[in-house]
Amino acid sequence: MSNFGKMKSLLIKEPLKLDCGKEISNFPLAYETYGNLNEKKDNAILIFHALTGDQFASDINPVTNKEGWWNYAVGPGKAFDTGKFFVICANVIGGCMGSYGPGTIDPLTNKPIATNFPVITINDMVNAQYKLLDHFKIEKLFAVAGGSMGGMQVLQFVSNFPNKAKVALPIACTASHSAQNIAFNELGRQAIMSDINWKDGLYDGKTFNPDKGLAVARMAAHITYLSKKGLQEKFGRNLQERSDLKFGFDADFQIESYLRYQGSVFVDRFDANSYLYITRAMDYFDLTKQHGGNLSKAFKDSKTKFFIISFTSDWLYPTSENKDIVIALNAIGADVGFVEIKTDKGHDSFLLDVPDFLSTIKNYLNTTYLNINERRI
Amino acid sequence: MKEEFKVISELIDEKSRVLDVGCGDGILMEYLLKNKVVDVRGLEISKEKVKKCLSNGLAVVEGDAEYDLKQFPDLSFDYVILSQTLQAFMSPENVIKDLLRIGKKVIVTIPNFGHWKVRLDLLFKGEMPITKNLPYEWYNTPNLHMCTIQDFYNFCNNKRINIFKTISLNGQKTSKITSSNLKFKNLISELGIFLLEK
Repeated sequence: MSNFGKMKSLLIKEPLKLDCGKEISNFPLAYETYGNLNEKKDNAILIFHALTGDQFASDINPVTNKEGWWNYAVGPGKAFDTGKFFVICANVIGGCMGSYGPGTIDPLTNKPIATNFPVITINDMVNAQYKLLDHFKIEKLFAVAGGSMGGMQVLQFVSNFPNKAKVALPIACTASHSAQNIAFNELGRQAIMSDINWKDGLYDGKTFNPDKGLAVARMAAHITYLSKKGLQEKFGRNLQERSDLKFGFDADFQIESYLRYQGSVFVDRFDANSYLYITRAMDYFDLTKQHGGNLSKAFKDSKTKFFIISFTSDWLYPTSENKDIVIALNAIGADVGFVEIKTDKGHDSFLLDVPDFLSTIKNYLNTTYLNINERRI
Repeated sequence: MKEEFKVISELIDEKSRVLDVGCGDGILMEYLLKNKVVDVRGLEISKEKVKKCLSNGLAVVEGDAEYDLKQFPDLSFDYVILSQTLQAFMSPENVIKDLLRIGKKVIVTIPNFGHWKVRLDLLFKGEMPITKNLPYEWYNTPNLHMCTIQDFYNFCNNKRINIFKTISLNGQKTSKITSSNLKFKNLISELGIFLLEK
C-alpha cells in the first residue's frame, strides 16, 4: 500500500451532519479523475462505486496494481468516453482507499478509528461527494452513474440535488434494500465479527486481521453476484486438479477453489470494518421510506433524464426492483428510459464486458450530450 | 409509412406530451421531435428495438402494453399513439381502455382487413391474405385480432368512445371517413387512422 500517498484527496473542512446525528469535519475524500473538464464545464460525469469498489474506476489501480473496477466501461472511446467526458470517481466515506473510514488513524490514539467510526448512510456518502462539485467549480454535472450501491447513490444524489445532473444512470440497483439483500449482508457481517481476530473491530491489521471472516463474507457475497446458469456453465461439477473425489474437505470442485481464491485476494485489498460499515449503509437505504412511502416524491423536483438498466439473470437486484423506480418516475411524468439487458452473468454483469450494455450506454450518453447542446432541452 | 406519420403529426398540437405505445425503432418519435415541439415518450416490448431507441437518446421504456400501461397515471399525456399494433394484443379492448385513461386524446391506426385486396384473396384463393401491411403467414403472424375499419368504428360506437376524426390512407392518398362513406372507405383504405376521446 505504498502508493497511498500519491492519491488525490479533497479535505472537507466544513462540518457534514450525518443521518446518525453526529457531525464530521476536516475529513479526507479520496478521488480520481479521467479525461479533461472542458471550458464550459458541462462534460463532467460523477461515477459512484459499489460495495467493494474505489475511486480507481479505470486504468491501473496504483494500490492494487490491477485494472480499475470499471475498466470495461470507462476510458477513451469506451461507454463513458474519457475522450469526451471528464469522469470523477470518489472513494465513499466509510471506505478504505483513502477516504475517511474506520481504517483512518485517529491522531489522538494513533490507532484506527475502528468501531468509533459513525454509522454512515448512502445519503451521507452522497452529501460528502457533492463537495466535489464545488471543488471543480462545476455548476451542473452532465451525468451521475453507478451500478449496485453506485446506483443507489445515483438515486439519492438526484433526490438530494434535483438540478445538479442532466442525466442519471442507475444500473442494477434498488430504491429500497430488500430483506434478502439485508440477509446476505448480515451473513457477511456475522462471518467477520465471528472471526476471533476481529477483536471487536480493534484488530491491528498485522498480527491480527479477520482474514477468515472477511474471506467467507466475500465468498458468500460473490455467489450472489453470479447466476445459477452462469456458475453451472463455468464450473459445473468440474474437479479441481484431480481426477476423482478425495473424500475430504479440500477443494475438490473447481467452484470451491474459485470461491476460496476470490476470498483470499479480497482480504489483501479490503478492510473488514469498512465492509461492516458499507454493508450497513446499504441495508439502511430506503429512498421510498425517506419520502413517506411514495418513491415518486424523491424525484418530483427533478428535470433529470433517467436511464435505468437491469439484467435478466440478476437475482440480487432483480428487474422488478429496477422497474419500481421506472414506475415511480413514470407516475410523475419524468423523462425515463429503461431496458433489461439479456445476460447469464448475474448481478456482476454491470462490471463485465457485456457488449449490448456498454454500447447502449455509450450511444445514449453521446447522443444525449449532443441533443442537450443542440436542442437545448 | 411516412404518410401515416404525417397524418398523425398533423393531429397533434404543438407543445403537447405524447406517448407512443409500441414505438418500435422510434422512427415516429424521431419524426415528431423533428416536426413538432413535443415531449415524446415510448413504450416498446422488443429489447433490440428499445436499445436502438435509447442509443438514439429517446426516452423509451421496455415493457408490454398489456401489463405496463397501468403504471401511467390518468390523463398523464395529451396524446397516446398506437400505430398498427392493436391487432397484436391478447386483449385489444383492455388496451384501448387503458389508452383512453392515460391520454386526453388517443390516436389509433388500424391496418384494414376490409381492404378489397384482402377480401379478394380470401374469396378467390381461399387462403389467408398476405399484403404489404400484413406480411405474415397465418401460422406465424403476431396479429391475433385482425379487424376492419368498420369493425373498429362499430367497436367505438358500442363502447361509447368518441371518434373525433377518422382518416383513410390509401397509398399516398388521405381522405376523411364519415358514417355515410364508411362502407366504401372500408373497401379502399389500407389504413384507418382514428382520433379518439373517452
